[in-house]
Order: sequence, then structure tokens, then C-alpha cells
Amino acid sequence: MKTLAELQVIRDKAREKLTVREDNREAVRVVVGMATCGIAAGARPVLNAFVDEAAKRKLGNVVVTQTGCIGMCQFEPIVEILVPGKEKVTYAKMTPEKVARIVADHIVNGNPVMEYTIGSMMK
Amino acid sequence: MRELSLYILDIAQNSISAGASLIEISVEENTQSDFLTITITDNGCGMSSEQISLVTDPFYTTRTTRRVGLGLPLFRMAAEQAGGNLGIESVLGKGTTVAANFVLSHIDRAPLGDLQGTITALIRLNPDRDFLFRHSIDQRSVTVDTRVLRNVLGEIALNTPEVMSWISEYIDEQEKTLSGLLPGKTELL
Repeated sequence: MKTLAELQVIRDKAREKLTVREDNREAVRVVVGMATCGIAAGARPVLNAFVDEAAKRKLGNVVVTQTGCIGMCQFEPIVEILVPGKEKVTYAKMTPEKVARIVADHIVNGNPVMEYTIGSMMK
Repeated sequence: MRELSLYILDIAQNSISAGASLIEISVEENTQSDFLTITITDNGCGMSSEQISLVTDPFYTTRTTRRVGLGLPLFRMAAEQAGGNLGIESVLGKGTTVAANFVLSHIDRAPLGDLQGTITALIRLNPDRDFLFRHSIDQRSVTVDTRVLRNVLGEIALNTPEVMSWISEYIDEQEKTLSGLLPGKTELL
């Protein structure tokens, strides 16, 4: 069973790492639409997949946040990825299965997965 | 929406928009009376009585980006189609309580679904707010209170990846213990 003592150990380890944490301004932001439309379309597993994938690859510079409805409900779940100094990329009709490739190709290697973007779906 | 846990996630978003610092989510299953009650209570900005009367109208919203607001109407529909109802109490400046009742064994009652996923998503996205989650089945219950976790963690954020995986596994264990899949202790009411 999970105990609070375990959480204390995690805390102490996190404290050691706190000083070396990368500056948040340099962070890659993953913004998931979490309004009614996003949630109904499946945003929750997508969000959790991004966090899990970032944790698995130990990407300390990825921040996963939420936004409301941006008015394109038919394309939900929508995920926007903002890499500092680059243009925003919007992915539409996201699934947890698409997440690993986006993290690997886009966030790690800097090549957006064009076929998953909203631009390619609107053609 | 297919799962009641998704409605919980959606309604809790309203509490977040209302600026709540504490959001209490309670899921009570009572096999004797055959009722399931989901309550979401927040200490956010609250609503006027006029707003309360309008919020379950799908064409009422405070948003300016679109003209529909489906969160509460859908939740009410889910409750009503399962032989239940939805009640809203709110005081301006104090907070809001949304309570939905369902007939537990009703054939049209949606399953609770991934409660763990909903609670972890909420904590993860709102590390500065507190959540009190309580799930009970008859006399047994499990509780997750981020205020208790915060006491242990000190200045370490709740959404630190290692902390989040602990929380996620903790909730999973609690839920499994409650449903009898894992041996272990649940609190007796």
C-alpha cells in the first residue's frame, strides 16, 4: 500500500532536484482543451498520456496545462503545443495513441507531425 | 458523455472558473436505498438566484466565445434519464454545490468510469487548488485530501511528476480497496 512515508521520500528527492530544474520560461507548453466539448470528445486520456509520456522520457521542461473551448468543438480533443521561439502547432482529433509520436517527433526532435495537425484535417 | 467521472471533471471546471480554492467531490453509493449521489461543492464566487434558474438551460452561458453552455444541462439529463435529479445551491461570494442523484441500478445510469483519471487530471492541472475527494459504498469509504498531501510535501508542488505518479497510484489503490479488488483498510463511516 502507498504510504505517506513514501511521499516524504519523494519530497526529499524532489527537493534535491529543485535547484537544477530548468527555467519555466524555456518550457514547452502542451495546452489541452478541457471544456465540455473537449472532455466529451476524450481530452482526459489525451492529457494523462502527455503527462505520462513526458514523465517516462524524463522531460523536465514540458508543462501540460488546460484551456477552455476555443470554438472548434468538432475538432476536439484539441492540443496546442508551444515551443519557445517557434510558431504554435495545433493538433486536432487527438487520441492517446497519437501522443507518443508527437512527443518524440515534435517535442524532442522539433519536427511537428503535420498529418495530425488541424491544418491538414481542414483540407 | 459515457462516464459519470467525465461529468465530474466537467462540472469541476466550473468551480475552477469560479475561482474556487477548495473543491469537494463526493461520490456516495448506497445499495440499500439504490441511490448514487454525486456532489461537487466549491468555495468559488457563487451565482445569483437568477443565474441558478438559468444554468441548466443549454442556451445560457457566461462565455462570450459561444452561445451554448452544455455542462450542467448534460449532467442534469444524465441524472434524469437514470431516474434521478439535479439540484444546485449557490450563494454569491460563498460558493456553489451541485448535487446529482441517480438510481444506482437504473439501466440508463452511466458507469462511474475512470474516477482516478478525473481526480488526477484535476490535481495535475490545478496544483494550487485543493481537492477533497471522497467515495463511499454503503458504510465504507476512501478519501483523498490534497491538503493532507500538501502538508507532507511542503514547498514541493503537487504536480511534480514523481508526486503525481504517487497520487495516481494511491487513488487507484484506494478505489480498488473500496471495490474489494485489493485487501486493505477502508475507513468506516
